[in-house]
Amino acid sequence: MILKLAQLQVQRPARVKAVGTSAELAQRLAALGLRPGREVEVVRRGWLGGPLQLKVGGTEFMLRRVEAALIEVVEPAVAPATPSHASGVAA
Amino acid sequence: MKRVALVGMPNTGKSTLFNRITGGNARVANWPGLTVELASHRVLLGGSMVQLVDLPGIYDLTGGAEDEQVAQRFLAETELDAVLLVLNATQLDRQLALALQLKSVGARLIVALNMADEAKRGGFDIDTDALGEALGSPVLKISAKYGHGVDGLKALLATSLSQKPARLDFARLRPAEASRDAEAALYAQAVHRPPTLPPGPTQKLDGWLLHPLAGLPLFVVMMAMLFQLTYAIGTPLQDGFEALLGSVKDAWLVPLTGGLPEFLSGLILSGVWDGVTTVLTFAPLIFVFFCLMAVIEDSGYFARAAFMMDGIMARVGLDGRGFVMLMMGFGCNVPALMGTRVIRDHKARLLTMLTIPFSLCSARLQIFLFFAGALFGPRQAPWVLLSLYFASIFIALGTAFLFRKRFASREPFALELPPYRLPVMKYVVFRGWNECKSFLKLATTMIVIGVVAVWLLTNYPNPQHSYAEVIANFFQPLLSPIGIQAELSIALLFGFVAKEVVLGALAVIVGADGAQLATHLAQTLDPVSAYSFMLFALTYVPCVATIAAMKKESKSTAFTAFSVVWSLVLAWVLSFVFYQGARALGF
Repeated sequence: MILKLAQLQVQRPARVKAVGTSAELAQRLAALGLRPGREVEVVRRGWLGGPLQLKVGGTEFMLRRVEAALIEVVEPAVAPATPSHASGVAA
Repeated sequence: MKRVALVGMPNTGKSTLFNRITGGNARVANWPGLTVELASHRVLLGGSMVQLVDLPGIYDLTGGAEDEQVAQRFLAETELDAVLLVLNATQLDRQLALALQLKSVGARLIVALNMADEAKRGGFDIDTDALGEALGSPVLKISAKYGHGVDGLKALLATSLSQKPARLDFARLRPAEASRDAEAALYAQAVHRPPTLPPGPTQKLDGWLLHPLAGLPLFVVMMAMLFQLTYAIGTPLQDGFEALLGSVKDAWLVPLTGGLPEFLSGLILSGVWDGVTTVLTFAPLIFVFFCLMAVIEDSGYFARAAFMMDGIMARVGLDGRGFVMLMMGFGCNVPALMGTRVIRDHKARLLTMLTIPFSLCSARLQIFLFFAGALFGPRQAPWVLLSLYFASIFIALGTAFLFRKRFASREPFALELPPYRLPVMKYVVFRGWNECKSFLKLATTMIVIGVVAVWLLTNYPNPQHSYAEVIANFFQPLLSPIGIQAELSIALLFGFVAKEVVLGALAVIVGADGAQLATHLAQTLDPVSAYSFMLFALTYVPCVATIAAMKKESKSTAFTAFSVVWSLVLAWVLSFVFYQGARALGF
């Protein structure tokens, strides 16, 4: 199922499908590990509409909900812990 | 001389490694982007002198932030004998691309996989030989924090220096995206990790510290504990130090200056000595405070504070980083102003800079420690202090809120949350001592000049009708509505230069130091007027150094002037509202 990263449930890993942010942010996100094909997890949401705490591979970082709404992810239909085939990275 | 650049992504422990290799003292913290300028140090490696240059952290060679550009420019324009690349061993899934990118521009690489201890705990199995072969460069596991593998790295560095320094060929630079597939393949080949791991200590701690309800109270409790501890440990040290200085004065200085003319002995005893020692007794407190602050900084909690506060900060037009800058400003506003370089958007950066002078720095802390101690009981004093820290944050955020429209920013915000790390005792003490040292340096130069000037002002033409009195009378119509009396206004005037001078100046004006000065203040002030004074001292221009840093960082005289005028006006208005309000309520 395709949905926005901002809508992804907490602690349900999903695979990044497309990053629709500005090119500059997309580059920074890619450097942090978030790019198409990688598995991403929302660890928690900040209070008072604060940012999302994301986990990609060995890296955790925060991203605001506005920007997270521009990122499409695919939620696995069955168990979330299937090993990666696209990037070869086991998170 | 040979030259080696130290390169890595933010928060990979580059500066820690730099300190390890050079024995230098670049500041480190568990916070990305702390190094905003080039730091370089000479070091002897295998018989040749090598200049090691620590660059600001970069995500890739094409990033756009000011601190990243500093690093890129250096790499593009400098002839180098080698590039020492530091990678975080737990984040190779996204950091190998930087190695590939540097390789593509022809860098002579030596790769250090830092935080090997954390990687081992995290279950990573890294094949350094495979990595080395693929990158065509030596790869070594190290732990800069504990010094593991650093000697080996130095030996390797000594043998890997090129015969002829060369410039990197940026014409061949490809965007980082181009190496992503190669990165993934290399990672799959050389790094192995069990797919599922139980939540580590960082995840468990975050569960509490970032909890939507418990997070903020825990933050307040932590700050309160910081001050309680500073008091509990620092005050006995301060008292002992004060007693020691007092006996030095009575036993040696008074007899020694007995034979001098009255003018000279007055200048030395009640000018320089009283002024400087009043300030000096704060050295132990400064030391304790910054040791504790360093523990928080090294732990990685700053990034959590940014996470928690971003929701609020967004509403005043800033982001979570702005809050961390304010906390850094608790030490000194100048490095906090420089730290804003990690913010790319110019307007967002200006707005953050505008808030930083309101951050309660260590120099103001001293004044407040003294006043709180003199006018409030030992039970209330820490709370008075905590309230001032909250006032500081509130004034900073309020300022941002008022001007958020003029400095609107659309900069997206993605900030790393590093794992919690145990602070190394050596660095904690080192940090405390460094702050103490720069404080002592200031105490022996600026403050001496300040107190001598104050002494001369208060004693000429004669103590009854001095220049100080003329100046004080001039400002009286302005300052008496906010409850600040004549002797305090002179101290404030000198506080414009540096807040460290205020207490020394006061000691000279009153003609008493230490406990006597405290008694004098308790007799002439009441809690309301003292708090009004503290509020004013908190808000108005921190010091000349901050103004200079503001000018340098903003590159705008108009903006700097605006910041100065705004803080003066705001200081007066706040103190006026507080003082008159409290009086009207019958306090």
